[in-house]
Amino acid sequence: MKPPPFDYACPTSLAEAIDLIARHDGDAKPIAGGQSLMPMLAFRLAAPTLLVDLRRVPGLDGITVDDDGVMLGARVRWCDIEADARLAAACPLLAAAIPHVAHYQIRNRGTVGGSLAHADPAAELPAVALACAAEIVAQGPEGRRTIAADDFLVGPLTTALEPTELIVAVRFPPWPAGRHHGFAEFSRRKGDFAIVGVALFFDDADGAIAGATVVAFGIGDRPQRLAAAEEVLNGAAPSAELFARAAAAAADSVEPQTDIHADGDYRRALLATLLERTLAQSAGLASAS
Amino acid sequence: MSRPNAWIGSPVPRVEDERLVTGRGRFVGDLVPERLLHAVMLRSPQAHGSLRSIDAGAARDLPGVVAVFTAADVGAAGAVPLIPQRQHALPEGEAYRQPVIAVDKVRYVGEPVAVVIAEDPAIAEDALELIEVDIDPLPPVADHVAADSDAALLFEAAGSNRIAVLRARAGDADAAFAAADYTRRAQFGIQRHTALPMEPRGLCATFDPASGRLVLYGATKVPYYNRRALAGMLGLDIAAVDLIEVDVGGGFGARGEIYPEDFLVPFAAMRLGAAVRWIEDRREHLSACNHAREFHADLEIACRRDGTVLALRGRVDADLGAYARTNGFTPPRNVVQFMPGPYRIDHVAIDGHLLVTNKTPAGTYRGPGRFETSFFCERLFDMAAHDLGIDPVAFRRRNLLRKDELPRPFPGIVGVDAATELDNGDYAFVFQRCLDDFGWTEKAALQGRLIDGRYHGIAVASFIEGGGGAPRENARITVEADGGVAVDVGSSAIGQGLATVLSQIAADALGLPMSAVTLRHGSTTLVTEGFGSNHSRSTVMGGSAILVAAEALLAELRTVAAAELGGAATDVRIADGVVHGAAGQRPLSAFAGLSVERTYHNTKYTYSYGTHAAHVAVDPRTGHVEVIDYVTVEDVGRVINPATLHGQVIGAVVQGLGSVFLEHLVYDETGQLLTGSLADYLVPTATDVPRIRGVSLGLERCPNNPLGAKGAGEGGLIATGGVIANAVAAALRSFGVEPNHLPLSPPRVWRLIQEARRRQATPHETGQGAA
Amino acid sequence: MTTARITLTINGTATTLDVPVRMTLADALREKARLTGTHVACEHGVCGACTVLVDGLAVRSCLMLAVQADGAAVTTVEGLARDGALSPLQAAFRDHHALQCGFCTPGILTTMHALLTAEPDADEARIRDVLSGNLCRCTGYLPIVEAVLAARDAYRAPDGGPEAAR
Repeated sequence: MKPPPFDYACPTSLAEAIDLIARHDGDAKPIAGGQSLMPMLAFRLAAPTLLVDLRRVPGLDGITVDDDGVMLGARVRWCDIEADARLAAACPLLAAAIPHVAHYQIRNRGTVGGSLAHADPAAELPAVALACAAEIVAQGPEGRRTIAADDFLVGPLTTALEPTELIVAVRFPPWPAGRHHGFAEFSRRKGDFAIVGVALFFDDADGAIAGATVVAFGIGDRPQRLAAAEEVLNGAAPSAELFARAAAAAADSVEPQTDIHADGDYRRALLATLLERTLAQSAGLASAS
Repeated sequence: MSRPNAWIGSPVPRVEDERLVTGRGRFVGDLVPERLLHAVMLRSPQAHGSLRSIDAGAARDLPGVVAVFTAADVGAAGAVPLIPQRQHALPEGEAYRQPVIAVDKVRYVGEPVAVVIAEDPAIAEDALELIEVDIDPLPPVADHVAADSDAALLFEAAGSNRIAVLRARAGDADAAFAAADYTRRAQFGIQRHTALPMEPRGLCATFDPASGRLVLYGATKVPYYNRRALAGMLGLDIAAVDLIEVDVGGGFGARGEIYPEDFLVPFAAMRLGAAVRWIEDRREHLSACNHAREFHADLEIACRRDGTVLALRGRVDADLGAYARTNGFTPPRNVVQFMPGPYRIDHVAIDGHLLVTNKTPAGTYRGPGRFETSFFCERLFDMAAHDLGIDPVAFRRRNLLRKDELPRPFPGIVGVDAATELDNGDYAFVFQRCLDDFGWTEKAALQGRLIDGRYHGIAVASFIEGGGGAPRENARITVEADGGVAVDVGSSAIGQGLATVLSQIAADALGLPMSAVTLRHGSTTLVTEGFGSNHSRSTVMGGSAILVAAEALLAELRTVAAAELGGAATDVRIADGVVHGAAGQRPLSAFAGLSVERTYHNTKYTYSYGTHAAHVAVDPRTGHVEVIDYVTVEDVGRVINPATLHGQVIGAVVQGLGSVFLEHLVYDETGQLLTGSLADYLVPTATDVPRIRGVSLGLERCPNNPLGAKGAGEGGLIATGGVIANAVAAALRSFGVEPNHLPLSPPRVWRLIQEARRRQATPHETGQGAA
Repeated sequence: MTTARITLTINGTATTLDVPVRMTLADALREKARLTGTHVACEHGVCGACTVLVDGLAVRSCLMLAVQADGAAVTTVEGLARDGALSPLQAAFRDHHALQCGFCTPGILTTMHALLTAEPDADEARIRDVLSGNLCRCTGYLPIVEAVLAARDAYRAPDGGPEAAR
């Protein structure tokens, strides 16, 4: 399981990195933490002619928290997010999700940009980015552009990123005070990719739910908003009965995939259970059974 | 002896550990002989097909590639060596043996079709991509049902996918069934899984063309057998071949057998006159190392109304994969023979059908046949007990063998020399001890209760573990110049702390401190003959051989010392490394060079035994099962090192929990292995493991060996399937769920509940029949 | 470039290695630096056997190219012992029978060393959570958890900080 042959470059500026990638006709791949790319190289599922190591590119590892929300540089690692005490208030959904990412050693090297570019349909960050309507900042030979998470996540391991573009950062909008959130996933073992996961939040408008946003992941090609559940929730007062109805609506609205870990019917039922429980938890209700 | 038994029974730290915790272990992948070349295997990407041609021209031309070997290089048609049946061979198995490299057909994904030798392992892998293999696909035999139909054949010449039928018989099962108050029939299944030692396999061969001497590093388990067999396959004199054991990263039954690579690596070394190393990677391990455990059973139990089990009968299908490998018949043989376990079942008729399919060949995994039979029978017992309205504890008490019923023979196998009997033990005592330690009486109130959204259940199951495999083992003890002794033994270490345990035995036998004992094992250079480590035999057989050799050495010392120091040999006293005679004393070092080698013979197996109890909570909406408490109590006759034994017990239980909940080698209908990484083949991690309480007793010494010990180390795994499945069934009693197929993954448990709910909505059909 | 010269500090010693750029840090440590205590058991980032410390953080050395460690400080299992004596963590593993075959042990020792250095008060749940990134097939993990709990004191002691325990 040795990686295939490739060239290696370690540029010291973003422009140089983009230039290197552009000059290799899409056969070059950037590497940062490598926690998704290295296994693909070991299985020879990826065969780039050039690896462009981003570790010396300045300006990619910052976490900014201000009135505009949270900005994570592409090379921010999971352990950096866990260590940043500001994020629990600035983006609590993100803070709740990241401890579910893989294992300790992976969290010490895995990066935000790597996870987004890899776009595993069962991964946590793409789901949180979709729920929060985060924006991915990408830069290529043509310059910089901003891509909404919903547009960015195209399919399994597929994004809207051009082969010559690099992710520079991801921006999460400000998190209003009083917003309720919940994050849960069910996996065979702790640290495994989720069989089903949910990321959600809603606001409280005089005792009624407003702006409900519900995202499921692990059930299809990419994380997906569950509009059916959101419709049930919006405008209604939180209750166990409401949450059960929202969960049922969500389950009815999806066609989850079957793989070796779980069949589609199970995933649908599991989604309903997870969603009902997570809603109850986020609303401060005693969890239904 | 001044300190009889100072070491045996004591939890001494392991002599292996200092080396291993500092990174100074020496595993086969750490060896770098001179002029080292690297081997990688090209493996069949198809499950079943005719091998038309292999074009390795481009691979041979790649810089850094030294050679590419295919079957044509190994031998003419019909001359490619076949992997031998090492253990529990059957004449019918001969036609199903595996060529060491695919000749005209491929029969499983992962079967070696070519070997690349290169200066660098990465370059060797590059070369794999350049080899063109032309395979004409044949219809895959994807499972035991397809195999049974014989619609497509793996071995056309053999004429059937059924290698043989093993028939275990005791009493008259059909008559017992005809007369029984109650019978019940059920179908069971255990998924294909594997031992998965943490160190993948590896071999390093050196060959000296001048002397013709071949040395193969990385051997373990049965190096002496493998030397004999490989010498024959390679056309070498046995004296020209040595197998050397270095540190071994786990065995559990799978490592150390003769696999294709065990021939191909030394073959390449001989051809090239160089050192060749092959380190199995994890992806190939999953399709190349022995699989295990896939059994499908259709069984029936007959009882009296009072819960007395009268008879068992039925059919078990063993999915052995594509070939009859070295020990492929051991698990099915054990399944048919050991079905009664520690219980009194007088009438048995079990037919085991040995079937080939287009999957990786199967072999033994810790507790072969015992895990399977324990699962089948303990499930049947709880189903019967429930039908008859009898408490599962009372049901087992009634049927466990009493002390005065031992020894007791197991059912025989028709036409096979398989006689063996349970030795001794107090099954009821250990059963009660387990219930007491578990707190059965207090926990019984939880049975089937719904608490905070989860159903709770408890269960208990007993097991037997065979050990101390015959026929014999050798040990040599040599007095060293420093006053210590070197102990060489034919047993092998597979990471179980063998050197520690055998050093304890040797130190006690000779009245020496453990630090005076240097223990060497495994390698074929050490003693004239050895039998290795399988069937929980290394402590019993190696330890007994050391006892016999120590006795002989002491006798020899007395004779020699009497001649030098006067008096009769019987007057010589040896203690603390000093030899006292009538006219003075000498340090042991004065007798340096004195050496004896002895053989311990044994025809009888040992049977340790025990009971497991478990408490689970089941989330009916996710199907998740949490193990809340787990207790195992076993009697191993005599405990040599309680700490290493306890480690074996806990480790085995956790492996068993992997078998029950997680581990599954999944194939699709075309014979492709879908679980090709450790992200898909799931083994337990630290967050999956409950508190496990393990108690190991030495109640009564085993009568069948001078050490008094019984083989141990597998028992922790054996009862896990039965006890967990029964606890889940008990938790979900209100649904009438019968978890008869493993693994109990969340989707499976959830589906069982859904099906039960549908059944409850439409009553009738309970699947049982009171005769 | 397809080969590179890298300079890194391994267990306190500055080391220069010539490595193919595709070589993992794990293979470079084993084959080039001849530090074979770091084991590879899956090569795809699941088992944790190859864990080493890179600039103080526990990482899987099979998921990192050797060239990416250029300029870094790497600690392997060989670097844990002090003055030829077992470190408190290593001694605890021996005393608690926290290993059997010992193949996964180097990666577990380095991971737990990193954990206790950063979090000497890690409780059992935290230890299990971090340990879940390392597979062990022999011990069933419980003796490892016991050993790590027992070793915590040494990391809390004034002389037992990251420097001394390296």
